[in-house]
Amino acid sequence: MKKLFLLLLIGALMGACSNGKKKSSENDSSETMSIAAAGATFPMPYYNMVIKDYIAQKGVQVTYGGIGSGGGIKSLKDKVVDFGATDAFLTDDKMAEMPAEIVHIPTCLGAVVIAYNLPGLEGLKLTDELLEGIFMGDITNWNDTRIKANNDGAVLPDQPITFVHRSDGSGTTHIFSDYMSKISTRWAKDVGTGKALLWPVGMGAKGNPGVAGTISSTVGSIGYIGSEYAFAQKIQVALLENKSGFYIEPSIESISASAQGELPSDTRVMLTNSDDPGAYPICGFTWLILYKDQAYNGRSKAQAQATLDFLDWIVSADAQAVAPKVNYAPLPQKAVERAKSILRTVNYGGETLLK
Amino acid sequence: MKSDTITRYILFISSLVVLLVSAGMVFSLVGDAVPVFEKFGWRFIISTDWNPTEGRESYGALPFIAGTLSTSLLALLICLPMAFATSLFIAEYFRTSYVSSVLGTMVDLLAGVPSIVYGLWGFYTLRPVIVSLGLDAQGYGIFTAGLILAIMIIPYATSISSQIIAMVPTELKEAAYSLGATRYEVIKYVVLPNARSGIVASFILAFGRALGETMAVTMLIGNTNIIPTGLFSTGNSMASVIANQFGEADGLKMSALIAIGLLLFVITGIINALGKMVIKRMSR
Repeated sequence: MKKLFLLLLIGALMGACSNGKKKSSENDSSETMSIAAAGATFPMPYYNMVIKDYIAQKGVQVTYGGIGSGGGIKSLKDKVVDFGATDAFLTDDKMAEMPAEIVHIPTCLGAVVIAYNLPGLEGLKLTDELLEGIFMGDITNWNDTRIKANNDGAVLPDQPITFVHRSDGSGTTHIFSDYMSKISTRWAKDVGTGKALLWPVGMGAKGNPGVAGTISSTVGSIGYIGSEYAFAQKIQVALLENKSGFYIEPSIESISASAQGELPSDTRVMLTNSDDPGAYPICGFTWLILYKDQAYNGRSKAQAQATLDFLDWIVSADAQAVAPKVNYAPLPQKAVERAKSILRTVNYGGETLLK
Repeated sequence: MKSDTITRYILFISSLVVLLVSAGMVFSLVGDAVPVFEKFGWRFIISTDWNPTEGRESYGALPFIAGTLSTSLLALLICLPMAFATSLFIAEYFRTSYVSSVLGTMVDLLAGVPSIVYGLWGFYTLRPVIVSLGLDAQGYGIFTAGLILAIMIIPYATSISSQIIAMVPTELKEAAYSLGATRYEVIKYVVLPNARSGIVASFILAFGRALGETMAVTMLIGNTNIIPTGLFSTGNSMASVIANQFGEADGLKMSALIAIGLLLFVITGIINALGKMVIKRMSR
């Protein structure tokens, strides 16, 4: 009797182990289409919103897992998702590491805002030189003459500056450091661009909520936060001088404006330090990535078609209109057209799927 | 089958599982940590560089080892007198009073509170107190992290050592009293010699908990990857850097994080072994 029980237990354990594998192969034969995706956490609220709408309208099951950009790329590489999502486009090297050619589809834009905590001081204006000075650790007090000279009439207290950065690896840090590298040769040389960095000064906090929480509870602090979080929490942010010399407040419009210029044909571009006179300077696309040839790993044509239909819909006016509601900037018209034409190059063993 | 045989099999299998799990853990940690040791060798342990930027990667674990040890030792230092006194209060001095039974229940309750709750309390309550006392301008760093760790492990150490103190046979104590010993003398000559090794063990367990604590430390230590320069300097701990950075890590960085996990495993192992030695020597 006891022996039987033990055997059953072992059987059940082994069953539990192999369950995961079984599920994915059953997918193809299931009646309702289901699309699986995973990747960046930054656009997740937006994707969740549009996926909910899409399920309600079309009855196609779409699931999105916010596991981080790195995880999204890895999942697509391992071919366990229909498409991945990333905040940083794949470099040529990374593209070559993928088992087949992939395409990038931009879906919306976000920005990195500079938040600070100085009670009673609104609309702090910062130039590239000031950003370099503060984040490289040259400017250490708010009453520094360089900050004063740029903010006429503002009362700047004798208060040490505390820089708060992300302690975790993040696409937000990547966009921020990309901008810093563009505007400061010293930053480019000493710090560089990446999802996590060797910081010259400051202290770390985990995630946007961690940085925002630390800033709000520390007078004299300054840091960078994803715009979607800052807008939702109505956090006090600095105006930044853009390439054309205007001080721009981050907003849905000024973020969208950063992508109005010419885009490369594969949309793999960092939008930081945009030439557009109305653009906020620290913006970036977020992308969905998928294989150009959808006939892989025994996927059915119907599955590929469903994936493409969803992606075509996410860049449509219907879905883009949702973005501002969750504090993301929609794609400008030009970028939408570019995304649609890229989607039309995706095929199933040579056969185009979208008209 | 005889029930005796069955029991023996069950016991054997469950102990085997424990062994297999620890062996598997060491195996996978060592396996995944190899690339970083191949690249940096022993420099990985003694280097203070931690640069995850692509193209200029360089990893050294010393800042995190220093952060973990300094916060945990500080916590143990604060915990020692507090937990020792409280456990004597609960289990010996006032063991029959109402206060001590309430206190005992409270301590057990605190020992079970999830660490994230301590972290939140530290962030929103303890840190502002430190700032308003003028100890530090921002309130992040080794001291605050060590203090919250101490507060976390005091109930833990107290709970275990009070149970051990309560286990000292009453006959021994009564014998001492009958010889005219005072309460202080009973504690000194009867209770402590009997409970000593158990008390030490409780502090080792508490120290182990401090070493591995993640969330509460992350929220208060400041997360700067440098060797702390003083009590109020910011720093980072081993568990905290792993929790923070593994999300977007791959390649060499992932290997570096796993190697830190391995080092933490080894450090905890060494401390447990040292503790066992101390206990053995004491019970002689």
